[in-house]
Amino acid sequence: MSERPTYTPFHPRWYRPRVSTWWWLKRPSSRAFILREVSSIFVAWFVVFFLLLVAAVGRGEVAYQEFMAWAANPSIVLVNVVSLFFVVFHAVTWFNLAPQAMVVHMRGKRVPGKLIAASNYGLWVVTSLLVAWIILAGSR
Amino acid sequence: MNDRITMRVARYRPEEEDEPTFEEYEVPCHKEWVVLDGLNYIKDQLDGTLSYRWSCRMGICGSCGMTVNGEPKLTCETFLTDYAPGPVLLEPMQNFPVIRDLIIEMTDFMQKLTAIKPWIVRDEERPLAEGEYRQTPDELSRYQQYSMCINCMLCYAACPVYALDPKFIGPAAIALAQRYNLDSRDEGSGERLDLLSLHEGIWDCTFVGECTEVCPKDVDPAGAIQRYKLDAALTSLKSFLLPWGAG
Amino acid sequence: MAETNPHLRIAVISKVYPMRSHTVSAEGGAAGVIAADDSLDEHAYDTISGGDWLCDQDAVEEFVREAPQELLRLEHWGCPWSRTSEGKIAVRSFGGMKRKRTWFAADKTGFHMLHTLFQTSLKYTSVVRYDEWFVTKLLVDDGRVQGVVALELMSGKIQPILAKAIILCTGGCGRLFPFTTNASIKNGDGMALAYAAGAPLKDMEFVQYHPTGLPFTGILITEAARSEGGWLLNKDGYRYLQDYNLGTPEPKPVLRSMEMGPRDRLSQAFVKEVEKGRTIDGPYGPVVHLDLRHLGRKVIDAKIPFVRELCQKYQNIDPVKELIPVRPVIHYMMGGVHTDIDGATPLAGLYAAGEVACVSINGANRLGSNSLPELLVFGARAGHAAAEYASTQTDPSSGLLAQAEDEKRRLEHDFLHKTDGTERPATIREEMQETMEEGAGIYRSGEGLTRAADRLRELQERFRKVAVQDSSRTFNTELTTVLELSSMLDVAESMIQSALWREESRGAHQRTDFTGRDDERFLAHSLIYRNSDGSSRVESLPVTITRWPPGERVYGS
Repeated sequence: MSERPTYTPFHPRWYRPRVSTWWWLKRPSSRAFILREVSSIFVAWFVVFFLLLVAAVGRGEVAYQEFMAWAANPSIVLVNVVSLFFVVFHAVTWFNLAPQAMVVHMRGKRVPGKLIAASNYGLWVVTSLLVAWIILAGSR
Repeated sequence: MNDRITMRVARYRPEEEDEPTFEEYEVPCHKEWVVLDGLNYIKDQLDGTLSYRWSCRMGICGSCGMTVNGEPKLTCETFLTDYAPGPVLLEPMQNFPVIRDLIIEMTDFMQKLTAIKPWIVRDEERPLAEGEYRQTPDELSRYQQYSMCINCMLCYAACPVYALDPKFIGPAAIALAQRYNLDSRDEGSGERLDLLSLHEGIWDCTFVGECTEVCPKDVDPAGAIQRYKLDAALTSLKSFLLPWGAG
Repeated sequence: MAETNPHLRIAVISKVYPMRSHTVSAEGGAAGVIAADDSLDEHAYDTISGGDWLCDQDAVEEFVREAPQELLRLEHWGCPWSRTSEGKIAVRSFGGMKRKRTWFAADKTGFHMLHTLFQTSLKYTSVVRYDEWFVTKLLVDDGRVQGVVALELMSGKIQPILAKAIILCTGGCGRLFPFTTNASIKNGDGMALAYAAGAPLKDMEFVQYHPTGLPFTGILITEAARSEGGWLLNKDGYRYLQDYNLGTPEPKPVLRSMEMGPRDRLSQAFVKEVEKGRTIDGPYGPVVHLDLRHLGRKVIDAKIPFVRELCQKYQNIDPVKELIPVRPVIHYMMGGVHTDIDGATPLAGLYAAGEVACVSINGANRLGSNSLPELLVFGARAGHAAAEYASTQTDPSSGLLAQAEDEKRRLEHDFLHKTDGTERPATIREEMQETMEEGAGIYRSGEGLTRAADRLRELQERFRKVAVQDSSRTFNTELTTVLELSSMLDVAESMIQSALWREESRGAHQRTDFTGRDDERFLAHSLIYRNSDGSSRVESLPVTITRWPPGERVYGS
């Protein structure tokens, strides 16, 4: 912004502080929030990785082995480990916030938030076990 | 324990300076004293030129919101001893223009409050002779939490979206809109939706959740906004799929 | 008013934003007759006897009749009154009332009422708001009030705002005393404005102490804590109220008995206990204990959660497990600007409603939960009366602008440009508060009052040399502090003079040198006028009695 006007009597001159690009470093809660938002990048990566895996499986045994060799590359492993952390972080923060967004009334009383969060986690565990069983059983 | 504590207070005298400065004051630090007591001591005994807002000193009028050590707080509810041995940094609430010292400009907030139509909207008013609108305790509990807002604006001070985009209508305004939307006596949720479904309405919110963290009255504006997003999405879906039912 | 007279422009001028007004802190409730076993006559009788027969009975009859209507209107505007299980308005018992008739919105009744009223007023575009404008003088011309001079806090501009009718709603003056439930903004500004303009103040000697306030902060512990069953105990754990003609202790609260007795009697009992040495010595003076432990956590969290919140936040005490230290604190001003039953003062064009006014429906002692409906009923009446008056008046004269210029010059000369001040405003204020508590507290005497009057005169002198460090224009709160102090000194003087005039003991005005009630000489209001030389004179105005001849105030049966 250009230069500030000087004060003239009876004309209040307000001070408007600037917001720095690094505003989020100041408070722990803001840092956690930005991390949460950034985790969506890693979620996207996981989706892409998963689609590549499925495509490789579809193209046959050789393509699949090539893909697995590529995935075993230390840098890819590192990226995936970091991504795993962020995806779990993303899921945990999402489930913890869910009760605030989902207000369910049953028989006139509000269902407690912990129950909603718990049922989300529960569903996550069950679905994960189901998927794991399908894959592991199918691979035999 | 120390019985004195230093308060580093932001000062801004528009008639004399271009930018805020800081001044340090040493105040007694009694067990029952809150930050506001420290400010009153400064004004009464040390420096009468310090300006700040306060009134009820019991956390219900909403006047005394300020930034204490970087966090938005009501100074009447924040004990000085929590910051011992100090110093305590006292600045005006973030995200608002500063008029003077610790006093911020709040007409933007007042306009937004008015814009969301915070009154009972009905097609037909019931005459007084017919008595009250019936409302069961359950119906009351659906909106009661959102009616507790004291308009202290700490949620606006904490909201990074409002910091970056002052056109955002903000947590307290949306929570108040929900208070009326969920009131069984009100019929105005359609009218409010028209304003709130704009970009600066609910969709600007990215669910940071800081507003709920700092709210001194547990209004949970973040929850109100997310619920509203769900309602708004469902409403527009319904009117898309079933246009003849819209009204 | 905006609804019925759309052609009138209405300005709301307030030194704070409207939702910060002190009504917001009221907790207990608002009385209105709606229960089947209740009647208007009973509400009227409770009010009149509670006021020790100093209430104007015609006004009380109108008041009890209109109260339920106004409360209902507020409900239609969205006020979240607490309900019975069928969805009808719930009522609870309250001190001094024989029947359950107090409407409540959890324990934040005043908060909800104010926010409902304010938010509904936003609907009307004919209402123009002047937020954070401080009125310093009423403009009077030709015996008519035709405007005000106000200071815009944000910019420092001082200018006149002309109007055909003015309604004062500035509240009471609790800050005259050291321990008060009142906010910092309650300095009797409106009373001082009216007094200076020539309107009389009525019954200024009657100040109400609320028996249960937290020591140091003065924060109110609502009467509802007692109506839900709390006990007042002295240092021996004894329910001492039984020694003061307030009935016998029962485990559950009994209306008009023991802890449910009227506020003045409970505060007086405290003073007597202090004299007997049976109170507990706290770091801020003597206190007694309020015991809520036997109510249990569920009841406390459901009915009086705010009480628990306040105790924890401000005294670090949990009422579920511990005793709350309390003492009487100044809470309400029964006296105020003299108005008739329509809120009109003797000065044409000037109206008043709420705590600033004295109609009088509260008489010598106000019953809890009567002041919120008082705001609504007399606010509405004053509004209608003022609107009618304004519709018949010509535009304000331009001669007032000269007066406004004079006021502007006075403020600048006496305060802003003053460089030779010697005393801090806080020092004068604190001494005034001490003087009032000693001389015009719960018990007064001719000697004590005369001493207080002398000290006040001295303080007025010292005020002329008050130091105003802040000479800036932008949001100068030291200027407002000094203006408020000036109002308080004027109001304090009127209180002491009225108290000296009334040589009897009635309701909240108890004199140790005149201990009985004297209906022959003093069944009348005190009316204090300002003389042109700055001194005051007190006249008498008989009380209007219609159907209830003065009797004995009996509690505890």
